Amino acid sequence: MQLSTKHLLGIKDLLTDDISLILSTATQFKEVLQRQIKKVPSLRDVTIVNLFYENSTRTRISFELAEKRLSADTINFTTSNSSVSKGETLLDTVNNILSMKVDMVVMRHSAGGAPHFLAKHLPDTAIINAGDGINEHPTQALLDAFSIVEKTGSLTGKKVVLVGDIMHSRVALSNIYLLKKMGAEVMVAGPPTLIPVYIKEALDVQVEYNLKKALEWCDVANVLRIQLERQNQVLFSSLREYNLAYGVTKKILDSLNKEIIIMHPGPINRGVEIDSDVADSHQSIILQQVENGVAVRMAVLYLLAGRQN
Amino acid sequence: MQILFSSQQLNLTIKRLSRQLVENFENLDEVVFIGIQPRGVKLSDRIVNNIRHFFPDEKVEYGILDITFYRDDIREELHIANQTHVPFSIEGKKVILIDDVLYTGRTIRAALDALQDFGRPQKVALCVLVDRRFNRELPIQPDYCGKSIDTLESQKVKVAWEREEVVLY
Repeated sequence: MQLSTKHLLGIKDLLTDDISLILSTATQFKEVLQRQIKKVPSLRDVTIVNLFYENSTRTRISFELAEKRLSADTINFTTSNSSVSKGETLLDTVNNILSMKVDMVVMRHSAGGAPHFLAKHLPDTAIINAGDGINEHPTQALLDAFSIVEKTGSLTGKKVVLVGDIMHSRVALSNIYLLKKMGAEVMVAGPPTLIPVYIKEALDVQVEYNLKKALEWCDVANVLRIQLERQNQVLFSSLREYNLAYGVTKKILDSLNKEIIIMHPGPINRGVEIDSDVADSHQSIILQQVENGVAVRMAVLYLLAGRQN
Repeated sequence: MQILFSSQQLNLTIKRLSRQLVENFENLDEVVFIGIQPRGVKLSDRIVNNIRHFFPDEKVEYGILDITFYRDDIREELHIANQTHVPFSIEGKKVILIDDVLYTGRTIRAALDALQDFGRPQKVALCVLVDRRFNRELPIQPDYCGKSIDTLESQKVKVAWEREEVVLY
């Protein structure tokens, strides 16, 4: 049994069997991470380059840890101290790196489709998308799914609401694809200006503009970050107003007649999309998500490295 | 197809292996039993059950180990991992590794690597049901063995637990 794909470009291209295989392999890696010695020799002699054309803390550290725990050799590349600032193209940069015998590329890029472009030109190298523009962030969706399964037992029939900036969120898109494929019910909630107009028809999700109603409906709320860096027009009047209408606060959670699970892909804007006392409460599994991220990325790297012949 | 063990022989052999183990490892406090996933676990379940039956008042430490992440052939073939559950330290313990068939020795090589990650054992012994003695690719031998057989590389040994028999074909 193996993955149906040589690259992980997005959840959109994965089969449900692929997702199940990644999640079950991640369970075994999670056990490895609980050991005193958290390292296995699986990817000895596999070289991985982490190409980060866009800022990242969690994802980059998480991938790097996953690679090291698998005993892979890693190279880190960030645009600020590379020849990209001299005007080298993406394909040239990657071809140069690959001529030094690299097996896998983990890439984050601000342009949607950048990893797909690489995969098309470099069919023999495994490309892993670590976030491309506002398109997809597949490993985030996988670790979110893993965390939900770990907490509640399964995805089938679970009601998950994605709250906030759906329009600019690659986490939202990957999550929607994944949750729908695995039989969960999905709702998006937020201000009309941050929800794409045709999302209901295009992705078959429910849309709700009232936060309280959305939270009353769901089992799990995945609160997305307000992406201040991607707002080039004013889509809501102020952060304060956003917090008043769509901030997940302790007050609103207390007013529900059930306890829901709170998730957030990070980094948190405390006091904007989520209040501190919610983010740090026992309902929140935000730090478990980060922990699970390493196990899930180990699974992805392991399964794709084994796919190369 | 040749039957190596019938149901009755299989039972007798597993009982014998269990008795041999307790005979040589008197002090169960310092012994841990580890079955190798996926197929060794059926055998180790039976052996550990027998031993718990012999000494109902003693605590018998028992874990299962999956060696998938320690294989040396990931570039040739991808294997799917099974659960590992070793909820104790093996530091200073006598470890008895249990697998169903010893063939090339590569699984045991990987298991020895994997064991290192759970502590430094005082001793490791290997117990197998079937030893295909002329097919070894590494210098690894069993300490406790149900039956030694001579096989060709083209042949297969299958322990069919549901029918309680071992066949060579």
